[in-house]
Amino acid sequence: MTNLQQHPEPPAELEAEPVVVNLGPQHPSTHGVFRLRVIMDGETIQDVEPIFGYLHRGTEKLAEERSYTQVVTLTDRLDYTAAMSNNLAYVLAVEKLAGIEVPERGMYLRVIAAELQRIAAHLIFVGFSLDELGAFHTPLLYGFRERERILDLFEMLCGARITVSYMRPGGVHQDAPVDFWPALDRFLADMPHYLDELQGLIAENEIVVARTKGLAVLLAAKAINCSMSGPVLRASGVAWDLRKQDPYDVYGRMQFDIPVGANGDTYDRLLVRLYEARQSLRIVAQARKEIPGGPVRTQAPFFIRPPVGEAYGHVEAPKGELGFYLVSQGGISPYRCKIRSPSFINLTALKEMLVGYKVADLVVIFGSIDVNMGEVDR
Amino acid sequence: MTYGAGIAKGLMVTMRNLFRKPTTVQYPEERLPQHPRFRGEDFVWYEERCTGCASCAKYCPLGIIKIVTSPSGTQTQEGEKYRLEVFDIDIARCMFCGLCVEACPYDALHMGSGFERGRYARNDLTIHIDELKSAPKRPSTWFRPQLEAKGYDPFSGETVPWQGVSRASKNDPTKEEMDSRWVERQ
Ligand code: SF4
Ligand code: SF4
Repeated sequence: MTNLQQHPEPPAELEAEPVVVNLGPQHPSTHGVFRLRVIMDGETIQDVEPIFGYLHRGTEKLAEERSYTQVVTLTDRLDYTAAMSNNLAYVLAVEKLAGIEVPERGMYLRVIAAELQRIAAHLIFVGFSLDELGAFHTPLLYGFRERERILDLFEMLCGARITVSYMRPGGVHQDAPVDFWPALDRFLADMPHYLDELQGLIAENEIVVARTKGLAVLLAAKAINCSMSGPVLRASGVAWDLRKQDPYDVYGRMQFDIPVGANGDTYDRLLVRLYEARQSLRIVAQARKEIPGGPVRTQAPFFIRPPVGEAYGHVEAPKGELGFYLVSQGGISPYRCKIRSPSFINLTALKEMLVGYKVADLVVIFGSIDVNMGEVDR
Repeated sequence: MTYGAGIAKGLMVTMRNLFRKPTTVQYPEERLPQHPRFRGEDFVWYEERCTGCASCAKYCPLGIIKIVTSPSGTQTQEGEKYRLEVFDIDIARCMFCGLCVEACPYDALHMGSGFERGRYARNDLTIHIDELKSAPKRPSTWFRPQLEAKGYDPFSGETVPWQGVSRASKNDPTKEEMDSRWVERQ
């Protein structure tokens, strides 16, 4: 019979060392090829270092050797869930640089396309957030089902679903076909019901609330200091929306509200996007009602030669402020093209949000910023 | 917090979806309808219309259209036309942006309507001039309002002859007229 007394006494304090865990780059929940170097104390996150660049394609450099119109095709591939918004930001910058006027109808079509794209991007976000919370794939596919109808509308507008290349400096390349408008009306009639359903799935679901309420609170002051923009900033209670602060195209004429969150936690970041999708529906309905006839595109030459100078065009993309800074030296392609992508800048606050939480919450918090690697790495 | 109400509500949504018509389709057997504007893979090119101006090649952001005309570099003789020897589109790199179609001033190049051009080798993806010549002419109505105005749908199986795709409102010239035009202008 062994005598327990014979065992040596365990030391009063166990020596503990922080563990370094590499999350990614091939991790299903990191929204692309993104690597997080996490230093953990047991299960608690001590430090985080985001490492990116795995999807770097040199878009800014490629833009320097293409003509202004050809660059539109590159912008589709930045945030590939929101190609319309990328197109819009880029063509706004070119129009500012070259002083191109846009016909009214073209502006309305651009607003309709950009707002539909916002709904589609937010549907993906909500779907993937639930996926990350453990509701595998069923709610995700509810989101995708509705998004499919938006993509069908895009196919009618411009022949493609993801890489749209719809806009051109001076408007959009082509007017909407006649069957687009009845389809849009049907979509506008159905969509509020679908959004209600999606909201019913998450807003009061006890598991979602327990997992996300009070999680990773980002205070307004912190968010502003970190240059956050978009729904993440608005969830922290700051009513900052470029569509209102610096209206481009015809947003100045549209009636809509800016939904803001109360606490700045993950739950608010989820819901703020659903409310935004509703406001987008309002904008699309108004634009559909008010859209005038006429041309959709100014006859700008394909090889535009803007005067020497620089311009910055920005839009409120689904993920935040997307800006294009273009420098012209009078040639047919930009001398310099700098992209201010919201996903990249929004990662600034990632560390503040993650430190102190358990590793199980990491993916949920990271997902709530809604980054897209195509845009982070450019 | 009491558990149950929210979950029940969520389950209601699931239940309602259980009795809806499935949204998935069994792809090879069933197909979703495609809009006539769909920018598809197989380009439609009309030899009769093409002048070999190479605008399409110049507008392509990737430079993947290769055009060789003859005579090249030499003085063109009277009555002679540029003959197209090579017209290759390397669609392995193509992103189907349609800028080449937008550029074509003579409505010779159109987006196609197919999407099932999978090949085992990358080199097989290049569309050569012979294939372009012989392929069924089912152009997409993308950037071709004249086709849209006719209500043309490439997915109906109907093909369009080269006289039918012109954006000009007047009567299309015959092939003889097209051939003689160059001589007249000299
Ligand atoms: S569709 Fe775009 S990438 Fe493809 S050949 Fe035409 S211009 Fe080039
Ligand atoms: S732009 Fe049109 S006409 Fe000119 S080479 Fe290309 S296909 Fe032929």
